[in-house]
Amino acid sequence: MTTDGTAILELDRVSKRFGGLQAVNNLSFTMKPGEILGLIGPNGAGKSTLFNLINGVFAPNTGKIVFNGIDITGERPFVVARHGLARTHQIVQPLTNMTVLENCTVGACFGRENLPLYRARDIAREAVQLTGLDDRSDTLALHLTIAGKKRLELARSLAAQPKLLLLDEVLAGLNPTEVEHMIGVIRKIRDSGVTILIIEHLMQAIMSLSDRIVVLNYGQKLAEGLPAEVARDAAVIEAYLGDPKLAAELEGQA
Amino acid sequence: MLRRPFFWIIALVIAAFVVLPSIGNNVELRESLVLACVYITLASNLNLMLGYAGYINFGSIVFFGLGGYICVWLVYAHDWPLAWSLLVAGAGVSALALIFGLGILRLRGAFFALSTIGIVEGVQAFAENFTPWGGSSGIYISPQVFQPLGGPGRALWVIYFALVATMGASLYLSYAIKTSKFGLGLLAIGQNEDAAAILGVPTPRYKALAYSASAFLPAIAGGLYFFKGAFIQPSDAFDLTLSTEAIVICMLGGQGTVTGVALGAYLYEELRGYLLTSSTFANFQLTIAGVLLLVIVLFFPSGLMGFIYSRFPAAKRVLE
Repeated sequence: MTTDGTAILELDRVSKRFGGLQAVNNLSFTMKPGEILGLIGPNGAGKSTLFNLINGVFAPNTGKIVFNGIDITGERPFVVARHGLARTHQIVQPLTNMTVLENCTVGACFGRENLPLYRARDIAREAVQLTGLDDRSDTLALHLTIAGKKRLELARSLAAQPKLLLLDEVLAGLNPTEVEHMIGVIRKIRDSGVTILIIEHLMQAIMSLSDRIVVLNYGQKLAEGLPAEVARDAAVIEAYLGDPKLAAELEGQA
Repeated sequence: MLRRPFFWIIALVIAAFVVLPSIGNNVELRESLVLACVYITLASNLNLMLGYAGYINFGSIVFFGLGGYICVWLVYAHDWPLAWSLLVAGAGVSALALIFGLGILRLRGAFFALSTIGIVEGVQAFAENFTPWGGSSGIYISPQVFQPLGGPGRALWVIYFALVATMGASLYLSYAIKTSKFGLGLLAIGQNEDAAAILGVPTPRYKALAYSASAFLPAIAGGLYFFKGAFIQPSDAFDLTLSTEAIVICMLGGQGTVTGVALGAYLYEELRGYLLTSSTFANFQLTIAGVLLLVIVLFFPSGLMGFIYSRFPAAKRVLE
């Protein structure tokens, strides 16, 4: 794969092994600025590991990760964050004894802009508002409901004013109304110019949100393409969607 | 900062420490407040690690003892003036803490706590075997050293005021860090270190800086304390009891708060003084401290300040 200079994220033959388990195997893909790329695959396919490799929680065994023209392979998470890459966690990681606003202020202070405290608070307030948490901005994070904590994950990563946002199952565990609200928020974020890589199990949601889809299975790329193409792919149907009827339904939707 | 009421509350506390014993030359009160200053300094600085960054440091006494040794040794063996000796002690111990910190702060939880005890033992063993520091018998300095400060009587007052200044600086340092971006990063580390790093907090650097910052003023307090006594020996300088007491104080007052820790230190010192002089409890001072710690951890995990905040939520807007 070659760098054409327009990609915001480039993975080049990235692999990660845990003992005998090949969690991510020789994976390559690129992301264009402004797109939403959906990452799907069965449980254990290596999706979250991939996020951890991109944002520096783990270093890959082999391969290269280039973000916005900078080689970030094996960089520590706080270095990657400073370059403008933010993420949310599948298992929420709130700073429990801090308020919603304080959580977001941490994101704004130490994110891409490296803002001083007084300016970070304003950015944090905007993020709190955008995610619909404004009525709870002085609530301690530990008192939030699970939906609230999911929103906080999103608000905090937004406050960092990232160029690229990694969303790890932000819709899981939310009720249909909350899902709808969250999808609206994600669209708004994209419209503000942020590129988004999203892991999601809710098929309808990810098919309608994503510009393109990458399907992982056993740490390898099984398919890549437009949502409709992926839903039609025989290998994907067999490995993941399982049900040809669901596949047909999704194809129609996308 | 000048417009915040808390700034003036600290100023008021310092003023009280200066004025109250000066009225009528009250030496007895002064000596009790010397210890209060030492406890407040030790606990407030420990709080930077324990309350802010969430790292349990059992070795905070090393800063105090090592500062004492460096200062007393510079005065004794090299005839340095007290002020310079104190500054060098503070800067030296702080620099050492930075180097050690970059190493041991890779550890977390119980492993970090154990390594801090290791540092106490290691430094104590060094002092016991380092001939220029008098080995295990320590260093005595002659009362002559008090002459430049205007003789022993006046010197004790000068040292006391210097200790009050050290305590005041500790309170302002705690306050300034807590309301800064650095402090926000430390608090985030204390809540969830992995999440903090992912949010962009440069965790290794921040932890090492906090550890180093928490060494400076205790080292100066140690220098003043042992200079005042004109004697230092390893078993006094590196007494783990004082480290443990500092932890009890932070828990008692409410870790992570500036007011609570200072108040806790003062109350603990008063209680300790009462127990030591009472005929019934004289030998049980530490037993009571232990029981106190158990009760706090079990029933009042957020300490004195947690109690005050729950009773008077408005206090949150004024106190830190």
